Amino acid sequence: MMRHLKILEYALSSLLRRKYRNISLIAVYALTIGILASVLFLTYSLKLEATRILVDAPDIIIQKISAGRHDLIPAIYAEKIRDIPGVGSAEPRYWGYYYDPLSHSNYTLIGIDTDLPGLSLLEGRMPSGAAECAIGAGVGQARIAGTGDTLTLLNSRDTGVEFSVTGTFRSESNILTNDLVVMTKKELLRFFDLPARRSTDIAVTVHNPDEIATIAGKIKQAYPDTRPITKSEIIRTYDAVFNWRSGMMLTIFASALIAFCILAWDKATGISAEEKHEIGILKAIGWDTADILELKFWEGIVISLTSFLLGLLAAFIHVFYLKATILSPVIKGWSVLFPEFRLTPYIDIYQIFVLAFLTIIPYVASTIIPSWKTAITDPENVMRS
Amino acid sequence: MILHPGILALIIGSAIVFVMMLYASIEGIRIISGWDFQSSSEKQLDLERRTYLISSIIKYVLGFEVLSTLLFIYTVDDIHPMFVGAMCATGSLNVNPIGWYALYLKILVFFCASLWIMLNSLDQKAEDFPLIRPKYAALIFITVLIGFDLFFETRYFLGLNPEVITSCCGSLFTDTSSGIAGELSSLSVRPMMWTFYIAVVIFISAALLCMKIQAAFLRYVMSALSIVLFGISIAAMISFISLYIYEMPSHHCPFDIFQKNYHFIGYPIYISLFCGVFFGLLPGFFQPLKKIRSLRDTIMLSEKKWLVMSILFIMIFTAISSWPVVFGSFTMQGY
Amino acid sequence: MDSLIWTENATKIYNPRKPDEIRALEDASLNIEKGEVVVLKGPSGSGKTTLLSLIGCMGRPTSGRIVIDGKDVAKLTERFLTLIRRRTFGFIFQQFNLIRNVSVLENVLLPLYPIEMSFADMRGRGEKILGDLGIRDRMLTKVNKLSGGEQQRVAIARALINGPEIIIADEPTAHLDRKLSTDLLRILKDLNIAGKTIVIATHDPFVYDHPFIKRIVEMRDGRIQDIKLT
Repeated sequence: MMRHLKILEYALSSLLRRKYRNISLIAVYALTIGILASVLFLTYSLKLEATRILVDAPDIIIQKISAGRHDLIPAIYAEKIRDIPGVGSAEPRYWGYYYDPLSHSNYTLIGIDTDLPGLSLLEGRMPSGAAECAIGAGVGQARIAGTGDTLTLLNSRDTGVEFSVTGTFRSESNILTNDLVVMTKKELLRFFDLPARRSTDIAVTVHNPDEIATIAGKIKQAYPDTRPITKSEIIRTYDAVFNWRSGMMLTIFASALIAFCILAWDKATGISAEEKHEIGILKAIGWDTADILELKFWEGIVISLTSFLLGLLAAFIHVFYLKATILSPVIKGWSVLFPEFRLTPYIDIYQIFVLAFLTIIPYVASTIIPSWKTAITDPENVMRS
Repeated sequence: MILHPGILALIIGSAIVFVMMLYASIEGIRIISGWDFQSSSEKQLDLERRTYLISSIIKYVLGFEVLSTLLFIYTVDDIHPMFVGAMCATGSLNVNPIGWYALYLKILVFFCASLWIMLNSLDQKAEDFPLIRPKYAALIFITVLIGFDLFFETRYFLGLNPEVITSCCGSLFTDTSSGIAGELSSLSVRPMMWTFYIAVVIFISAALLCMKIQAAFLRYVMSALSIVLFGISIAAMISFISLYIYEMPSHHCPFDIFQKNYHFIGYPIYISLFCGVFFGLLPGFFQPLKKIRSLRDTIMLSEKKWLVMSILFIMIFTAISSWPVVFGSFTMQGY
Repeated sequence: MDSLIWTENATKIYNPRKPDEIRALEDASLNIEKGEVVVLKGPSGSGKTTLLSLIGCMGRPTSGRIVIDGKDVAKLTERFLTLIRRRTFGFIFQQFNLIRNVSVLENVLLPLYPIEMSFADMRGRGEKILGDLGIRDRMLTKVNKLSGGEQQRVAIARALINGPEIIIADEPTAHLDRKLSTDLLRILKDLNIAGKTIVIATHDPFVYDHPFIKRIVEMRDGRIQDIKLT
């Protein structure tokens, strides 16, 4: 035990004596780890946010399928669904996408008669009459419209409709409301010229979460032309997409890691004459190859751990305080109006473990052989110098 | 599917380790074919130096395998939400049954690599490297195992299909299902408890006896008891210990205890079990090597340490797994 | 007859059967008793450093036997060679070979790092030896800031830290002035009086003409030419 501590102590002193060489190595290593860690932190955080938001989402969403594609669903289906035992509520929802040629982005238009749960207005009030709407911050920014201004949208007959903006949503709810335009149900039906008694989909809540799958099955049986989508399916899809994106990014940055390993190998092999001489002296005065190998092992661990911690710290600051400016475009996806919001710092031990695996193992592997070559230095050479 | 960070880490790590082992095996073959301890030629000295490299590589490989087994279990648990019907690692493994082979292989590699390192450390303490040839032949065997591990692991992850509806521990580890899992789950609790605790007592007694008496036969018994204890412990985990941890009379899953809501208790339980069994195996495993004069003393000195470690770990394992049984608020009356 | 070091036909060939083959030492047979002071005398290339390094368990001979304190070391693995070297020998090199930018104390304690001994015990031993050699007050100074004489003492302290029976010195006066050479030889003499066996390789007459040298082994072209008692 003492022996290990003493060799560790010598390893630390040895690293400090070669400050400049080691600092450059640690800097590059930490940068590589920082990039990979940023990817992991960002995707995991986004995944968490998405699942948290879905808590308020309906347990099942019923869509009608015609010829394999999503179609408007008869609102009357909701009545029969309400009668299924275990169903808490079944409400038709009226919403649609709107492409805005002025800002080249998509808005989500939603028609409601009551307040939307979980959302709060920054200012103003929810729309209550004709030609009124409340908008999300992203829409407001894109169209430079705030509470009290007018917003003109083109309806299904390509005619401009002027809406008076009665309220704007708060920025905390940005991830949900950023591209939202809320109006009364009547207004929406008129705007999109939706047929009477048809809605976009039906939102169903269930009393017992364990029964969701069963009830979805019953709904499918009752209405074979529908597709019930459960909350867990959505969560799974998000999971898969986020995993895929983060995995893709990691693969791309693997090239950075490989480059680093080549550097590590090079540094380890290009051992200076002075260091070689020092190893020779150690061997001459009683250290054997196993002791030198242990010395190199400790040096590697110290460098790895230092770089790892620095990289993690840098990634943490980058993602949670600098809003991941470098990485966000790839991870967040195709939507133009991506909301500005503060990600909740969250780190998971598993992630850190995975990151350690991805970064420390290749480094260790690339330094084993150079370390060994150093360790087998012949003490005889020291006699001849 | 394969782009999940944990899966990437596992496969890349396993691939790197496999390449390292291939390199070690090639060096091993070179050593076996050229080794002549009596010679002082440059070639022999070079081979002696290479033995250090191989030892280094295997130590790192073992470290990796231990961590990768833990990571594998955690990853498999982490991806379970993606599969309909999966509620824990069991569900994920059932989606593509080859996953079970990957898990068993990892456990096997752990034991084999640990044994090799112990063998190597004994060999190095002798003055004349008496076990050089068998050691490096064993290395090739371990490399093959690691190759299979990589293969099964990759096949498993590649073959994961989220569309497949899988069955989870609830249906696998249940009294009515067929197969070993079902058999183990349906073992009656009381007899199983007796069996387990008696087995532990016998094991510890055998270890203490080995420390006092030098008989070779006792050491073989010790190793055999280790294997038996391993089997009984796993059976005990499934048949009753898990019930007390989950506080549910029908929840037999051996993997859920790795999860956060059970305070990751699975890790200390299984780690202590594996270590205890490993150290218990050593006396019998190395008994035949006492014939080699240069190893005899080293083995005899180390034996005591192994037995002490074995007893310690098995006691820790028994303590942790018995805690909920003895002190928990859950009771199994009438079972 | 208390033979501590015994060699029989020790031979060392570098790069055998190759164009750059060097026969550094051939058929060296030598017997050194406990408590002796022996000089290996000869010009550079005579094989004295090679013989010294073989005796000192720094390497293995190509052929022949080397027995140290009853143990045949010619066929030992590196691990055991190192154990014996650590236990039995203290080395004083031509160039001091101290580790730069490291303190005196740390340099002296380096041979004790790979063994199971606490920091406190190590430090105690180191301080005592430095005290005996009169440089305890420079304990925490980095060695490159010391004078030649002080460095010499540090090198000697390091050689003695393990309590070795045999001191091996390779051209110890090569870079020293007359005064330092005198100091060195005085210290070696004291060590010999204390019971240590000393083997020195040198071509410096100041050393081999010194009265405390008991035997001179003359070497040339890798062979022992003559062994003289003084």
